[in-house]
Amino acid sequence: MSELWSIFIGMALINNIILVKFLGLCPFFGVSKKLGVAVNMGVIVTLVMFVASAAGWLIDNYILAPLNAEYLNIIMYILVIASLVQIVDIFLKRTNYNLYNAFGIYLALITTNCAVLGIILINNDEGYSFIESLVAALGAGIGFTLVLAIMSGIRERLELADCPRAIKGLPIAFITGALLVLAFYGFTGII
Amino acid sequence: MSGFTKEFAKGLMTSNPIFVLALGLCPALATTTSLENALGLSAAVTFVLLASNTIISLIRNFIPSTVRIPVFIVIIAAFVTIANMVFQAYVPALHDALGIYLPLIVAYCIVLGRAEAFASRNTVTRSIADALGIGIGFTLALVLISSIREILGTGGISIFGNDLFTLPGLGDNPVYIFILPTGAFLVVGLLLALFRWTGVMKNE
Repeated sequence: MSELWSIFIGMALINNIILVKFLGLCPFFGVSKKLGVAVNMGVIVTLVMFVASAAGWLIDNYILAPLNAEYLNIIMYILVIASLVQIVDIFLKRTNYNLYNAFGIYLALITTNCAVLGIILINNDEGYSFIESLVAALGAGIGFTLVLAIMSGIRERLELADCPRAIKGLPIAFITGALLVLAFYGFTGII
Repeated sequence: MSGFTKEFAKGLMTSNPIFVLALGLCPALATTTSLENALGLSAAVTFVLLASNTIISLIRNFIPSTVRIPVFIVIIAAFVTIANMVFQAYVPALHDALGIYLPLIVAYCIVLGRAEAFASRNTVTRSIADALGIGIGFTLALVLISSIREILGTGGISIFGNDLFTLPGLGDNPVYIFILPTGAFLVVGLLLALFRWTGVMKNE
């Protein structure tokens, strides 16, 4: 149990998927200006990561490994993610149209969101078991949501900040990111 | 031929993928801890861009537009798999150092972006020029970022086990923070600001 807990904390805080692994930077810099949208985005990405991790593990162990076709894993993963995102897209369009509009292009972009593919590859790299993969996906998703939420709060203030023209926008967001990583180093000792 | 040079040159400066289009930032941050890693990843990205742009522009008239994105992704994934296997076979140390970032090329917006925005609506020659320009522009950006980070973070540059040079003073007390993730955000942020600033200066 404590091993699962340390995987969870490690993924969520210490090796945060955005700040340390640099995955999912597009939504980090793009979508996160309103807290509500950022949290919703985080929840959807977490959901997709969770299901994709389960599917990725099953494909690895029950389809590719018996056929000795592990080299096909990249193609299989990306197809699984693309179909999952398509399902979420259709589901959201039918059930919550306002939220669907708020995400705009970023929903379709989850397909090429490095974070979702990244978590499957990390699970594969670390050789996690099925349960460990699910816990890692959940941790990574919660870490993703947390950082997106923190950044959205900072971005609201950055909009009004009086800084030189060359630094406005993306550059200052990057420098803020650097300070955020420094703050997250504080978690390193907790496992 | 002037069309070829124009498409090629545009990727280097006016639409540099990292500093102007701000695409492909994940690899620019993640793999620039050393010059060696940056060169390895750039080579893989340029290969994938070139191969996928060529194939996609060759078959662009046969792909139904409703399923074009999945088709592009499968073509890109195939070339990423090839690059991954070649790295594993010939430069295993580099393959391990790049880790998950090599297979992740499939999810980099820059490759799919060029397929969708350029190769799917241009001739083969122009698509090849575009891929080479964007690929080399990407390489230059990564070399710049990784050189700054490696020199400040380790005090010198070493490539494939050979120390190219070590700066006196800095070599004994390097600023470790630059090879940590913080350094990545800081260096890329400041470089983006620098390129914007030169642009702002030019316009005024």
